[in-house]
Amino acid sequence: MTDLADPPQETVARHEPLDGPGEAVPERGARSRLDRSTLLMLVVPPILVAIVFAGYVWWRQTADLDGVEQSQLAWDSTWSALWRHVELTLAASALVVVIAVPLGILLTRGRARLLSPLVVGIANIGQAAPAVGLIVLLAMWRGYGFWTAVIALVLYGVLPVLRNTITGLQGVDPTLVEAGRGLGMSNGAVLLKVELPLAVPVIMSGVRTALVLVVGTATLATFVGAGGLGAIIDTGITLYRFRVMVAGAVLVALLALLIEWLGRLLELLTRPKGL
Amino acid sequence: MSTDLSKTPDTTTGTTTEASISGAEIVLDEVVKQYPGQKVPAVQSLSLTIPAGEIVMFIGPSGCGKTTSLKMINRLIEPTSGTIRIGGDDVAKQSDNELRRQIGYVIQGGSLFPHMTVAKNIAIVPKMLGWKRQRIDERIDELLDLVSLDPGKYRDRYPRELSGGQQQRVGVARGLAADPPVILMDEPFGAVDPITRQRLQDELLSIQRELRKTIVCVTHDIDEAVKLGDRILILQEGAKIAQYDSPEVVLGAPANEFVEDFVGSGSSLKQLSLTRVRDVDLIHPTTATVGESVAEVKRRAEANGDTSVIILDQRGRPRGWPWLRQLKGDTVVEPTEDLVDVDLASTLNDALDTMLSSSHGGAIVTGDRDQYVGVVNFDAVTDHIRAIEEKARD
Repeated sequence: MTDLADPPQETVARHEPLDGPGEAVPERGARSRLDRSTLLMLVVPPILVAIVFAGYVWWRQTADLDGVEQSQLAWDSTWSALWRHVELTLAASALVVVIAVPLGILLTRGRARLLSPLVVGIANIGQAAPAVGLIVLLAMWRGYGFWTAVIALVLYGVLPVLRNTITGLQGVDPTLVEAGRGLGMSNGAVLLKVELPLAVPVIMSGVRTALVLVVGTATLATFVGAGGLGAIIDTGITLYRFRVMVAGAVLVALLALLIEWLGRLLELLTRPKGL
Repeated sequence: MSTDLSKTPDTTTGTTTEASISGAEIVLDEVVKQYPGQKVPAVQSLSLTIPAGEIVMFIGPSGCGKTTSLKMINRLIEPTSGTIRIGGDDVAKQSDNELRRQIGYVIQGGSLFPHMTVAKNIAIVPKMLGWKRQRIDERIDELLDLVSLDPGKYRDRYPRELSGGQQQRVGVARGLAADPPVILMDEPFGAVDPITRQRLQDELLSIQRELRKTIVCVTHDIDEAVKLGDRILILQEGAKIAQYDSPEVVLGAPANEFVEDFVGSGSSLKQLSLTRVRDVDLIHPTTATVGESVAEVKRRAEANGDTSVIILDQRGRPRGWPWLRQLKGDTVVEPTEDLVDVDLASTLNDALDTMLSSSHGGAIVTGDRDQYVGVVNFDAVTDHIRAIEEKARD
């Protein structure tokens, strides 16, 4: 064994004496989960957000602002609006997942399958209805406040997760489900160990969509007194302070980019190995 | 067809007894499957005895009910009426999940779970049966070895890092994991290329020589049925039995026109797939073991009048077949060429295929666990054909 020592693990697939010569063995290196474009999508947004935010900080510190603008864009009120916005987004998104994933699972089991077009239809209405209208209608029923806004956001964001949960589960290769049953796994075990793990990438892509929808729509929460970055934009409009309005819009955009990035990260981290 | 309903699982009709039978007898008694909304039952009263330790191939045109019949054995499909007994026990009286854990199940392409490693895929049934971790780990390595995959190299790989043939091997290992007496196979080798399929079939035969399970296998390929089956069950629409007999009888004396059309005309070539490599005389050219001195090997080969040598690894598995002039250096190194060999249980048909693509005019023959046995060459095949022809003339 001199010059023909075993090739290194990564390229070991080149020589496989146990298989037919016509058979292509996938390269081991192909299992890397990060290709170039995913890597770019992970690295670029936070850098971009940091640069634009630094630009905003510089503008805020050096611009010649009048009294109203000064008080509206004061750092402590900006932070609390931002934090409230994050709270609204995360609370609504968490509720969306808690509601939509089990509902989606239910709608792919047994007879409940027949109900799935109906439920998806209703969820569709939730999303198709103008968000402002939805929030205001809810406020008439539930009164102003944080949870009213959250409920509206949940109604708005539930569709993509519900739809993707159903699609993801339906997309699991039926022969794999039968293989699981054939090996003696119970229905529950097949769901937990085969169907859900295989549907996770599709479900998580729905979660990312929901996050983006919710973070944008949360701007409207200010109309039911739930605060958030929408309040800054709203004040800018009512007080004819163009610069305050733009500042609020820029901050919302930056937060949305960051949340979208977070969604991508989650998607990547939850993706089962081997897929 | 005669249906033997005796409940003795130990009866064997086979003449070879290389290993003790670990399979169980399966008896189908007037089994019917009628799907709701369909006028004609998919399976109309099928009665059948599958002897313990044999491979029975279900074959027939598509829609004949062969897969339905197979899936009723492990109750993936529930029969409308009739009983199925495995080793004397009525399957309908057991919990379906527990029943299936006692029956191996192998599907086309392996159907491995892509998010689980090879080891986890194999461990599924032993885990459900509550085996200890260490016992499962040992079993995984044992099974990977059995299906000719190096445990150290493949245990932690994901299915997508394997070729189709390797995935199918793991699929077989998964089906064998809990050492079930009965294994059901649903077109197991349908998704791989012909050369890989031939190898997988050879390996299955070699595994079966060791284990003697009861294997029920659905196929649409008559050559596969002839090669693998101790018996072939040919089904017509509605799972009506057209013939149920050994491959020799099915090929030599088709029961009716349907079977005749189905198996095709029986030429001498088809007879070649009835003869196994182990039935003809093998030659034994010079061999060398990895690590031996090249000069010594050359001297030995020249003394034998050979211009090439077969290189074996430390475990006696053939690794390469170089010409003498290709041997360089001081000691014999493990070659990297893709060596195609045939199993003792391979048909002469397969061996001929391999010989035609070999520059040596022969094919290396291996036995259990890939051990080198000898070489089969054209002379052996032509001798055999001549013998058959002479027999036919008499």
